[in-house]
This record gives sequence, C-alpha cells and structure tokens, in this order.
Amino acid sequence: MDLTVLLVKGIIILVIFGITLLIATYSTYAERKVAAFLQDRLGPNRAGPWGLLQPIADAGKMFFKEDFIPSQASKWLFILGPCLAMLTALMSSAVIPFGDSIRFDNYSIPVQGIEINIGVLYIFGVVSLGVYGIMVGGWASNNKFSLLGAIRAASQNISYEIALGLSMIAILMMTGSLSVRAIVDQQASFFEWNIFTQPLGFVIFLTCAFAECNRTPFDLPECETELVGGYHTEYSSMKLGFYLFAEYINMFVSSAFVSALYFGGFHYPFMNEVGSALERSMGAITGHNIATAIGFVVFFGKIFFFIFFFMWVRWTLPRFRYDQLMNLGWKTLIPLSILNVVITGAGLLYNFKYATWAIVIVMVLMVIVSGARAPKREAIPQQV
Amino acid sequence: MQLTNRSKQVSNKEMTLAEKMYLPAIVGGLAITISHFFRKKPTIQYPEVKKYLGPIYRGHHILKRDEQGRERCTACGLCAVACPAEAISMVAAERKKGEENLYREEKYAAVYEINMLRCIFCGLCEEACPKQAVYLRHDLMVPVFQERDEVIYGKDRLVENMNDRYIRVANSEVQATPTEPSLTRAAT
Ligand code: SF4
Ligand code: SF4
Repeated sequence: MDLTVLLVKGIIILVIFGITLLIATYSTYAERKVAAFLQDRLGPNRAGPWGLLQPIADAGKMFFKEDFIPSQASKWLFILGPCLAMLTALMSSAVIPFGDSIRFDNYSIPVQGIEINIGVLYIFGVVSLGVYGIMVGGWASNNKFSLLGAIRAASQNISYEIALGLSMIAILMMTGSLSVRAIVDQQASFFEWNIFTQPLGFVIFLTCAFAECNRTPFDLPECETELVGGYHTEYSSMKLGFYLFAEYINMFVSSAFVSALYFGGFHYPFMNEVGSALERSMGAITGHNIATAIGFVVFFGKIFFFIFFFMWVRWTLPRFRYDQLMNLGWKTLIPLSILNVVITGAGLLYNFKYATWAIVIVMVLMVIVSGARAPKREAIPQQV
Repeated sequence: MQLTNRSKQVSNKEMTLAEKMYLPAIVGGLAITISHFFRKKPTIQYPEVKKYLGPIYRGHHILKRDEQGRERCTACGLCAVACPAEAISMVAAERKKGEENLYREEKYAAVYEINMLRCIFCGLCEEACPKQAVYLRHDLMVPVFQERDEVIYGKDRLVENMNDRYIRVANSEVQATPTEPSLTRAAT
C-alpha cells in the first residue's frame, strides 16, 4: 500500500461518509414529500425550488432551539445517548460494497469503506450496539415515558435481531462466507439474486429491518399516542436532531444492506456484457472504471427504491400493538426463519438453490384452502 | 339512517390464514397509497393562487357612496350596536351648508373607525345598516398587519373610491381577487 492507494482509499471513505450524510439529510425531505404525495398533498415547497432547502432550514431551526438538559437527568449519559446513536448509525455503512473496484496503474481498489471477511458480523455488532443509544438516552432522561420507550426499543430490537440473523443464516449457508462482498459477488447473474432464491428470507429480513430501524409499523419506542415522545421525550435541539438523523442513516444503511444481500448489490442484468463491451472500446482501465461507476449508480437506484419503500410503508400501515409486535416476532418470524434455514440446508444438500419456494408454495396453498373453507361472511343489511 | 353505501359491517369472525398473515392486506394497502401518489393534488398554492370565494364572501369593509358620490352613512350607530365584537366606533357631525355634494344625509360620520383586530367579519354591520352604507367586500381581504397602529381603519381606508367602485355581482366574472396576480401552480 503506497501513498496513492491510501489516498484513493481515503477519498472513497470520505465520499461514502459524505454520501451517507447527504442521503440521510435529504431523506428527511423525501420523507415529507413522499408523505405529502401519498396523502394528496404537495409537501414542503417554500424553501428553495421544490422546497429543496428544507433540510437546511430544519437543521437551522434545530440548532437555534434551546439545548435543554433536565435537572434530574444523568448529564453525561444524556449527552452520550444521541452521540452513540449517531456513531453506530454512521459506522455501519463501512462494510457495504458500493461498487466493484477502481483500477489505476496496477492497483485495483474496491469501492467500499473497508473490506473485511466478517462484514455481516460487523454490521450485526454495530446494529445491536445502536439500541444502546436509545437505551442510554431513554434511561438518562429520568422520565418514565422515556424509560418505557427505551425498554420497548431494547426488547423489540432483541426480539427481531433473532429473526433477522436467522433469515440471514440461510444466505450465509448459500454463500459460505461472511463477507458482504462475497455475498454480492455470488449474485452476479440475475436469477441468482437472493430475492429469487430466498423469497421468504427476504420478507422476514425486510420486516425485521423495519423493526430494527424503529420505523412504522414498528415504531413503538416513540409511539406518541402512548409515550408522549418515547425515548426522546426530554430531548431538544441538536440532540433530538441526532436521534432523528440517526434514524434516517439507519434507514439508508438497511436499504443498502437489503439491496446488497437480496438484490444483487451493484449487479444488474447483462452486467458482464456491458462491462466487457466498455473495456473493449475504452481500454481495460477506463472501461472498467466506467463499468464500476454504472454499478455504483445502479446500487444507489436500488437503495433509493428501498428508502422509498420504507416511507411508503410508513405512510400506509398503522402501528402495531405491542403484544402483536411480540407475537409476530417470536411466534411467526422466528419459527418461519428456522424453517427457512432447514429447507435451504436440505436444498443445498441436493445442490438446489430454489428450495425455499416450497415454503412459499405451501403457504399460498394453505391460504387458498383456508380462504375457501372459511365461513362466508354475511353482510347484514343495515337498519334503515 | 344510512349516509353512504361505503360503510363496512364489523365482524369478529375468526380470521382466515390470509388475513392472519397480514401480507395480502399490506399489499392492498400499499397499492391504495401508491395510487394516491400519482393523483393530481388539489392543493391551491395560497398566497400566489387564490380561489374565488363566491359573491357572498365577507372581506374588507367598505363605506359606500351613492351615485353622485355622496357618502351614504348617516352615523346612526346601528352598525356599532349590532356589532358583536364592538369593533366599530364613530363620531357624528352635522352637515354644513355647501357640503350637500359630500354627504347624502344631514348627519354624517366625521370619524368612522373599525378595529380590524376585533372584527370577526360576521357581516352583522352590513345587515344592520338602514342606509346601505357599510358592506363587506367579497373580492378583497383585510391585509396582514404587523403593527398595532395599522389595525384601526379610519375613513381614509374605508370610504369607497369613486374611480374604483365596488359592485357585488352575484354571478361574478372575477375568479380571483383582482388585486392579486392569479398565478396557476406557481410553485409545486
Ligand atoms: S363584520 Fe361583524 S364584527 Fe366586523 S365590524 Fe361588522 S358587525 Fe362588527
Ligand atoms: S354605516 Fe349604516 S348603520 Fe353604520 S352608522 Fe352608518 S348608516 Fe348607520
């Protein structure tokens, strides 16, 4: 590793960091726009053209709010909470492979913060650390509602991490590696994208990702109707801003993660053909770099779709009740994901990748049968 | 009484598996919301685009003059009595010789003030007036004010301008307040 490599690496890291922050900033804007459009409104459109300066206005407002620390709060932990939330949120994007590799001279540098062979484990570690930000903040506020919110966040994250991990084990079994890049590389051809080999695992993973991000329909830690503001009731100014911002970064990271794990990351159909055509016409180095850039853009397209999907779901579904949340997590998702692992393993024994479709087919059949056997609901005409 | 035919009978029959799985219902819900995403938005961009509020909208007060340009108000005080917000106050004066072309009646309002902070735009003053002197315009709103001393509107701001007479047409051609540029979809 000489200086140039280090420099390129540093630039890549900085760019990823910057992009993460930028996307999180504009997610707040996008969230409001999407919410508005889904509700037949226009959303923010006064600050700048199409309201594009809205996030800056929001941040400015946040900065000028009084930075209040309750007198009974544990002061340092109170400050540590949002910092922890922000830190863990920012750390997790390090191992996501955003593109193939950049070539120059004789070097080939992967477009990724850091390539480690236990990337999945790293993400898991950081994500489960993320709940400490909420826990610490909620507890340090010295407020019953904050504490309740924090407890909810903790138990929810712990419950859904199991199903999240189990649904991923199926993928790890198929890849045989914990490196995110290896998982992405394994999905090079279109029909080997994990969404096609692991449809059930994808649904479980997505549901758990929603729960891990504390997004609606699983945003019970900040359920206004019951808990005032949840864990950030006592927070104001930029500390609150950090919590909200961390949520959007988490959303970005989980979107990136979902697209890397299930939607082939930076791969797109006919990628090899495009890549070799570019290399032939523009030389091995430039062509390769341009192909990488296309992959990068494709990956971000996927990420944006999932960010949109997060918002779309948020403005469609109402919040779960807490017991429903726990029932769904423990009684449905965990058994299903275990079943998924078993079936995937059985399929792999016979070198058949699409085994989990069996579960899907069986479930659809069960649904049809139970729908057909269910007593017809009689619409009682209303009393006039 | 049935108001719409869209009401659904609530039932507590056991859910089928499809309903327990949530997924079909979630997909249905997502389809509904995304159809709204592409719908045309009914928003009117208020300060730039204004909606025609109809000929009976109660806006800015106006003290009418008659055809010869004489003030109609006779300072009878009925509007002030009728006003539930006690927004109107006036000082009456007797018409002098030679002022017949200014005031229609022998008594007139030397001072006529409406406190726009108190006014609730109920229009009772308009109804109470026996001389058809005070009206609430349908085409002009009282502008936003920042200072307290802008709040009390005297005769200078209330009496009708003969060059720009106010006519309330029931079938108005005016589609927006004429004082504003009627921009359509200026900012989306
Ligand atoms: S509109 Fe109503 S509140 Fe306003 S001045 Fe007339 S009577 Fe009073
Ligand atoms: S505006 Fe009408 S009601 Fe009021 S004082 Fe004048 S004449 Fe009387």
